[in-house]
Order: sequence, then C-alpha cells, then structure tokens
Amino acid sequence: MQREDAAQLHQFVLHAALDIVQDLAWTTSAMFLKAIDRFNDLVVSVYVTAGHTRFMLLHDSRNEDGIKSFFQEVHELYIKILLNPLYLPGSRITSSHFDTKVRALARKYL
Amino acid sequence: MIGTGKIKQYANVLDKPLGKGKQEVSLSAFAFLFSELVQYNQTQVDNISELETRLEDAGYAVGARVLELLCQRDKGNRRETRLLGILSFVHSTVWKVLFGKVADSLEKGTEHEDEYMISEKELLVNRFISIPKDMGTFHCGAFVAGIVKGVLENAGFPAVVTAHFVPVQGQQRPRTTILIKFAEEVLRREARLG
Repeated sequence: MQREDAAQLHQFVLHAALDIVQDLAWTTSAMFLKAIDRFNDLVVSVYVTAGHTRFMLLHDSRNEDGIKSFFQEVHELYIKILLNPLYLPGSRITSSHFDTKVRALARKYL
Repeated sequence: MIGTGKIKQYANVLDKPLGKGKQEVSLSAFAFLFSELVQYNQTQVDNISELETRLEDAGYAVGARVLELLCQRDKGNRRETRLLGILSFVHSTVWKVLFGKVADSLEKGTEHEDEYMISEKELLVNRFISIPKDMGTFHCGAFVAGIVKGVLENAGFPAVVTAHFVPVQGQQRPRTTILIKFAEEVLRREARLG
C-alpha cells in the first residue's frame, strides 16, 4: 500500500508544479529552471525547451550540477526523437532505445 | 592515407551526434520534392483554401522541429520570451538556415498593433512555380507561412500567418509578404512583461 501511495503522490506533486512552471517560464530566457517547488523532502526541478516542452524531475535535494547535465543530455535525445517526421510532437515516446539511454544517463548523473 | 579512415556507423539514430548538419542541399532536388508535394495535395482536395491549409500544415511540422533544433545549435540553449526576440529569430536565423540568406525586411503593421510582416522579393519555394490565372489568389508560400506559424506557436506566440503577393511598381513580379497576426494573449502577456 505504501509504495502505491508513494507513486501516486509523486505524480500528484509533479502535476501540481506544472502551474508554477507556466508562469516561471516567461520570466527568464534560460532553459534550466532549477528547483521550483518543494513538498516535504521532495524537490521538483524543471527544464523547459524552446518549444515549451517541459522535462520535470522529482528528487530528494542534492547535486544540482548533475541534474543540469542530465537535462541537457536528455534534451539532445529529445531533439533527435522530434526530428523524426513521423513522430507527432506531444505524443508519447515509445522507443525502447530512448528508454534505455535515459536510464543510463540517470545512473550516470543522478 | 586516403580511404583508410572508416566513418563510424551508428546502430541507432539516437546514438548519432546531432552535429552541424549539411550546409547545402540541392536546389533542384528540393524544387522537385516541393512540386510533387503540391501536385499530390492538389489531387486530394476540392478547393484552393484546402490546398493552402494542407501546405500550411506541412510547413507547421517543419517549423516545430526547426525551432528546437536551431535553439539548441545556434543559440546555446536560450529561449526567446519576448515578441521582438522571436520575430528577429525567425527573420534572421530561421531564414538563414532554410534559405541561405536573411529575409529582406521585417515590418510592423501600421493599421493594427498585432500585425507584423516579413517581406521577400521572391520566396525560394516559388522560384520554379507559376500559378495559372484560374487559381486566383493561391500562393505556394503557404508552406513557408506554415513554417513561420510552427515556429511561433511552439515558442508560445500563437498567431495566424498567411502569405500574400504584393504588387510593386516598377517590377514585373510581385513581392511576397508573410503576414503575421498575433493572438490576443500574446499582446496581453507582452504588455504584462513590460
């Protein structure tokens, strides 16, 4: 029961932070928005791309530089997926290779 | 020695580096491809406005991708948050990458606050196209208008973008103008950001 609740809580916290991102994105021209919201000991960090696609990460607070590099690498991967003319922007990314690479990056930087 | 180096083959496109991309693409190849695109769409629609819509949608997809790619490549990961910023981005960077030169001019509309115009003596896509008289106001520049729309909308500046022929005195061929009309919320946000 505990683990199930935790997963739902994480999702809830992330979605609640979306509103904050919306406003914050227009105040700066940087892409990495650092930690924008806290909940107990969970921190939400956000990276907004030029096309206003948001990468959000829920984590316990540490290692900001690692998170920034992680986001930058994921951004490059995302652009490569986006360049596929058959990919509809905004739809779910189903490539398993993409999944493997993101997990490898997560192990490396986080 | 020549020929001993092997180009690294990547198993998956996600592993290949993004790189600078090809600086030049064959003009004739593009002209053929574009003409096929127009002809194919002509067989699928019943009237001119649908044809223009289809070309615009094709351009929209290009615009969305060009925006992300160029911000990553040429602007070192900085987003545009202001109206003038995004307009000059389209007018110089996007045009330079797509057509090899910056657009001829960028003007603010005199009648309405929310209108801007990018003018070009002759759009690259129209160079090998002639419009028959019975098609009236049809403009293949709808494709380019779609590209601009894709860039603007994805950057958070929704707009209606259209392409028009503007006759110029002293010149046989009319100039092309891309008319950009921004949505209400863009102007409100701009005013708020000061």
